[in-house]
Amino acid sequence: MTDHTTDEPRSAAASLFDLRTVIAVLFGAYGVILTLLGAFGTSAEDLAKAGGVHLNLWTGIGMLVVAALFVTWQRLRPTVTG
Amino acid sequence: MISAQADLRLDTTFVDYVFVALYFILALGIGVAARRSVNSSLDFLLSGRSLPAWVTGLAFISANLGAIELIGFTANGAQYGMATVHYYWIGAVPAMVFLGIVMMPFYYGSRARSVPEFLLKRFNSTTQRVNAVTFALAQVLIAGVNLFALGLVLEALLGWSLAIAIPVAALVVLSYTFLGGLSAAIYNEVLQFFVILALLIPLTVAGLARVGGWNGLVERVTAGPGGAEQLSAWPGTELTEIENPFLSVVGIVFGLGFVLSFGYWTTNFAEVQRCLSAKSMSAARRTPIIAAFPKALIPAVIVVPGIIAAILVPQIIDLKAGAGAEGVTYNNTLQLLMGEVLPNGVLGVALAGLLAAFMAGMAANVSSLNTVFTYDIWQDWLRPGRDDGYYLRVGRAVTIVGCLLAIATAFLAGSYQNIMDYIQALFSFFNAPLFAIFILGLFWKRMTGPAGWTGLVSGTVAAVTIDVLVRTDVLALSSQAGSFVGASAAFVVGIVVAVAVSAVTRPRPDAELVGLVWSLTSKEERSHSTTGDDAGWYRSPALLGGIVVVMTAGLYLLVP
Repeated sequence: MTDHTTDEPRSAAASLFDLRTVIAVLFGAYGVILTLLGAFGTSAEDLAKAGGVHLNLWTGIGMLVVAALFVTWQRLRPTVTG
Repeated sequence: MISAQADLRLDTTFVDYVFVALYFILALGIGVAARRSVNSSLDFLLSGRSLPAWVTGLAFISANLGAIELIGFTANGAQYGMATVHYYWIGAVPAMVFLGIVMMPFYYGSRARSVPEFLLKRFNSTTQRVNAVTFALAQVLIAGVNLFALGLVLEALLGWSLAIAIPVAALVVLSYTFLGGLSAAIYNEVLQFFVILALLIPLTVAGLARVGGWNGLVERVTAGPGGAEQLSAWPGTELTEIENPFLSVVGIVFGLGFVLSFGYWTTNFAEVQRCLSAKSMSAARRTPIIAAFPKALIPAVIVVPGIIAAILVPQIIDLKAGAGAEGVTYNNTLQLLMGEVLPNGVLGVALAGLLAAFMAGMAANVSSLNTVFTYDIWQDWLRPGRDDGYYLRVGRAVTIVGCLLAIATAFLAGSYQNIMDYIQALFSFFNAPLFAIFILGLFWKRMTGPAGWTGLVSGTVAAVTIDVLVRTDVLALSSQAGSFVGASAAFVVGIVVAVAVSAVTRPRPDAELVGLVWSLTSKEERSHSTTGDDAGWYRSPALLGGIVVVMTAGLYLLVP
């Protein structure tokens, strides 16, 4: 619902899909692929490139955390106006 | 021998393209989904004034975080070191806070749909038209630069030719802005913000790991050709190319921190539009201030990687030592570092981030261009009085024309060697005089309508004159110092002419200027509601603004 009142032509933008879902979907998908890639496909060369950091794995985990945060936020405050 | 071009090519694999493809599918999906929400021209051009502050705030920062920004400022980081942070701190944060606290009540409160329309209300229709036309011109040029930057990246990284890369990239931006208008552009900008961070953060982490952490970085930079000076922000003589340290500080504080930065952040409609699409006055005021937080922190993942590249990437080390290979410039810093430290996988995310950055910049240009053209040039000037559906169709048509023109200007931008210089020159032509008449008109009710446009035009003429003098070597200034001087001249000339013209023309009656001039607007009218979604101390623009200014000052203490 929206408390937005106006005499301008009817606006439906407020009822637009929730952006938080879109971010969660993208980072969820990225996170899963990267985590798997990092856990099972990291070569010695990859490790050397990133100075010994498991970059794919950690980036993947970080993205899953971001996705989870957005899902949680949306669950807690499910208003369209966010 | 491998050629320099082949050296720049990234070692991409199938999995990298999966990330890029996923990103594109979602970006276009947002356009298709947002199409359902477009019922009127206001929906298309101003998102129906319905968006929450966190969305407009992140879009505000993202609209500025284009490909030029990423490529240009990692390049500056590699070349000038830590002094590059001035563009983010003194050159952005104070102006963004000022926009939210002082200026937004007038912008949002006047219900103007664009910056030129605000000028119509405060000054007269000539001022509106002058600004609308120059703004439209500037946006097409800058969109072209964004396109050109992306074309270069695609050519270097993937081997696409410029002639293919530029139109293909333009087509993607066109699709989603054509379908969903400003909502699609803004929603994509927020998504882009996160994807760009997903490029920058792993890049910085891996880069730091390679050079032995922060201590390793300090050690190696100090021992390098730039010396320890590369790690401190002041006096920034290398950045300004002004040898005298005192004048260099003056150049940074007045030229960059005041004229260029306030001119850009407070009057550039591509930015202000994001605030105007917010759902309430409070959200509009918080938009630039929310954006100031990431703006202040982001150099840690843009400037620092630039500095890392200068001690890690062989081609940039050579360049810095004065023995650069054919075809390698500082503008290649970002892609070279990506190739150096990112394994396949994250590399694909980084590629998606780069493409996102390009699209963010260009979509901001195109979406603000179509608003200004549709409302200020078409509706208020050339074809007034049609029904709203007509202007919605005009907005869509302008989106297409704007993208086509951007493709043309992309090839024009190619004739400039340093993209940042080109952009800086443009800003000084358009923004500094605009800021001059804005600030004068806001605080001086005696300023007249004719003073508005004459100040604007004379300021632009002053900036162009300085630019020509610098280019023809009549004035012995570096291009960087030239843009500081040009912007300052534009500001001063704009003020002087506006004051002189006001003295001999009739001011508008006070009654017409209520809500547009500080002294004629009561405190209540300048305030916003503090109930419902706008309640709570943590939503106070003044408090948030204070926090971010103190934080930025604290950051300066880290890199004195």
